[in-house]
Amino acid sequence: MIEARDVRFSYANRVEALKGVSLTVKDGEFLAVMGQNGAGKSTFVKHFNGLLKPSSGTVLVDGVETTKTSVAALARNVGFVFQNPDHQLFSETVEEEIAFALKNFGFQPDVVEDRVTWALELLSLSQYRKTSPFLLSGGERKRVALASVLAWDPKMLILDEPTIGQDHEQKEKLNQFIMQMQQQGKTVVIVTHDVEFVAECNPRVVLMKDGRILAEGEGKEILTNPQVLAESSIVLPQIAQVFAKLSPLGFPKGVIDIYEAEKIILDAKESRRLP
Amino acid sequence: MAIIETKNLTYTYPGATKPSILDVSIRVEKGEFVLVTGPSGCGKTTLCRCFNGLIPHFYQGELKGEITVAGEDVLKRHTYEMARHVGLVFQNPENQLFALSVEKDVAFGLENFGVPREEMRRKVDWALNQTGIYDLRERSPHEISGGQQQRVAIAAVLAMEPEIIVLDEPTSFLDPLSAEKIFDVIYDLNRKQGITVVLVEHRLDLTAKYANHLVVMDEGKVRYEGDPREILSTEETRLIGVGIPKATLLYQMLKKDGLNLGGNTPLSSDELADQLLEALKAK
Amino acid sequence: MSVFDGLKFRKVHSPIHDLDPRVKFAYVISVFAVAIIFYQIIPLLFLFVLQVPFVLLARVQRQWLRSLRGAAFLAAVIFIVNVGTSYFYSGYKVTPPAVESALALTLRFVVLVESFSVFFLTTSPDHLGLALEESHVPYEFAFAFTTAVRFVPVLAEESQTIMDAQKARGLELEKGGFMKRIRNYIPVLIPLIVSAIRRSLELAEAMESRAWGASKKRTNLYALKLHKGDYTLIAITVGILIASIYVRLYVPIPTVVHLLKL
Repeated sequence: MIEARDVRFSYANRVEALKGVSLTVKDGEFLAVMGQNGAGKSTFVKHFNGLLKPSSGTVLVDGVETTKTSVAALARNVGFVFQNPDHQLFSETVEEEIAFALKNFGFQPDVVEDRVTWALELLSLSQYRKTSPFLLSGGERKRVALASVLAWDPKMLILDEPTIGQDHEQKEKLNQFIMQMQQQGKTVVIVTHDVEFVAECNPRVVLMKDGRILAEGEGKEILTNPQVLAESSIVLPQIAQVFAKLSPLGFPKGVIDIYEAEKIILDAKESRRLP
Repeated sequence: MAIIETKNLTYTYPGATKPSILDVSIRVEKGEFVLVTGPSGCGKTTLCRCFNGLIPHFYQGELKGEITVAGEDVLKRHTYEMARHVGLVFQNPENQLFALSVEKDVAFGLENFGVPREEMRRKVDWALNQTGIYDLRERSPHEISGGQQQRVAIAAVLAMEPEIIVLDEPTSFLDPLSAEKIFDVIYDLNRKQGITVVLVEHRLDLTAKYANHLVVMDEGKVRYEGDPREILSTEETRLIGVGIPKATLLYQMLKKDGLNLGGNTPLSSDELADQLLEALKAK
Repeated sequence: MSVFDGLKFRKVHSPIHDLDPRVKFAYVISVFAVAIIFYQIIPLLFLFVLQVPFVLLARVQRQWLRSLRGAAFLAAVIFIVNVGTSYFYSGYKVTPPAVESALALTLRFVVLVESFSVFFLTTSPDHLGLALEESHVPYEFAFAFTTAVRFVPVLAEESQTIMDAQKARGLELEKGGFMKRIRNYIPVLIPLIVSAIRRSLELAEAMESRAWGASKKRTNLYALKLHKGDYTLIAITVGILIASIYVRLYVPIPTVVHLLKL
């Protein structure tokens, strides 16, 4: 779906933010782009909907070069949910907010109506249809922003730091939501530094540092590789930390799931006859 | 001696239909490291703002009950008087720094108090050193990272030499590594300077290990209060929606499966690992 | 963002940058006053050339020339208007004295703009804020000034983020006729305003929490001290003022037209 070839990017008057990044994102994949603040994650991901165009190299979205088309056209297939919902909300009602993009894309009024209703239900916001978005709580505003992007049913969903400020329950709901999107065949990309969250949903992980891709692979492998994580200044997930300490006793290192951890320890108990 | 004491504290924001905190009665002893947690909207942020007088003086609204902080009745003191005893660090690093250089920001509170220049210089330098940002003192707040900005905010509060520092989700916007650095600084201040710390946080996996007093809130009320290990070893906290540390959860799961690792409920991965190592070595 | 570049202070260390802003400001106001009391081209030319050594000492030539270019348009307008008025009022003739007089007025405008330009190019906002604090301006104003400057880059970044967020929802800012384009900016302006309001609230909380209003007598971490360079500039300023007043009152100034026997 997305193909990035040797992408280099520099902001005006500033240092090179991307120093030759190449990546392929397949249709229906679930990808987490991770790395320290300033590694280039958001910069890279903004190339997927044309908000940024590469200084050199190419980015192809469904075979079309991003330099040859507009952000609006790309946005039709690539939905980008920004970190702070307050950077988007401006309408008098939640309904209008969700309809905004649909109108921009030229949907017919009756289709707009249907889509708005659908999005409201999907994110449990139906009761706020006529409410002003500014009167809602932080978590509710995040859902409105999400609904307004889902409304036009893009093939790909990019979520920029979706876990910031969220409590445990909200993160669980987010996890379930992503799985739902995946089941619908959507490609989902999250930009995050929340290691525990990534450990829970186990996506493909792309780890960035200083404008380059440092490592790439299955979440389990990347998140339990201490050298890679130390280089990129990311913390090991808790379960992996425990198993890192247990490795001298022969325990496997690549464990991030708590149920797997439970099983391994119980098996060890059996074989070693623990009290 | 209790440095913070509240009795049936209830507060409703102006124009709100129901109170944000209800009948909150807690007691914090001098030198404690208190962790306040709970799902979004539980009232922890509101409670923070009662400690230094922002509630009720800045926010207006209706505050009922009693609250004594550092021996002062908060209802009867101006916020600037409470600032001598309580420092408050907020969630957003960028929006609590307003000067054009780091050291001027750290000096802000002292300037407000009318502290003479030489004394101010000493206190500012001391606060900068305590938080490890002395080299950044002439930089502009916009140029530095979020983690560094939060350290400036802590230094700015520290320079006023309060007995209590309250931090409202200070690491929300920071990556885990920067967050850990902040917690280390705070823990250090608690241990070495004896400053009472009240930390509001979601991320118990990073913070539970520092606390010796845990307050769990839900829907404006205090549900559990006391020793972190005791509270987190029960099932109930999970039911409210509080994310207990994975290590603690694993410990509980293993216990249910019949594997008793003995000792205290672990609050960090290190503690759990050590317990497992012990248990596995002793055959 | 080139608009903000003009406001960006150049962090160069030069004798001019290190001068006390109050002294520099007094100098600039004096230049302003002198420019007003003369209407002949020769003294105004002299005043203009007087700025140059300051510009060179401060090493801000390139930026200064850029601001000259910016002033060029308005200067041209002033010139044309003045020549035009004399043209109509002196019987549809363009006379050399009229041209010289128009040139003089234009030069006066340029001198005013340029001296202020040098001031802003060589004075950092912190320095300026500090000068405001120390000159018995009520602290609220100095604070409002420095806070505003502090948040300019933050606002700039935020407006870019907001534009990106709305573009990602299909908003096309460049499309449509004049009215449509103005309406297109509503989804950018409203979040920006709301964000600014929220920011003010958070700032106010932080200020209150750090003892804002605790004492009527606020102290300052920094102090502005006058150095040798400052006294030199004060002497120069006074010298210029005295010389100008003397020349104005007692020395007849020839016009260029007269000198060239036109």
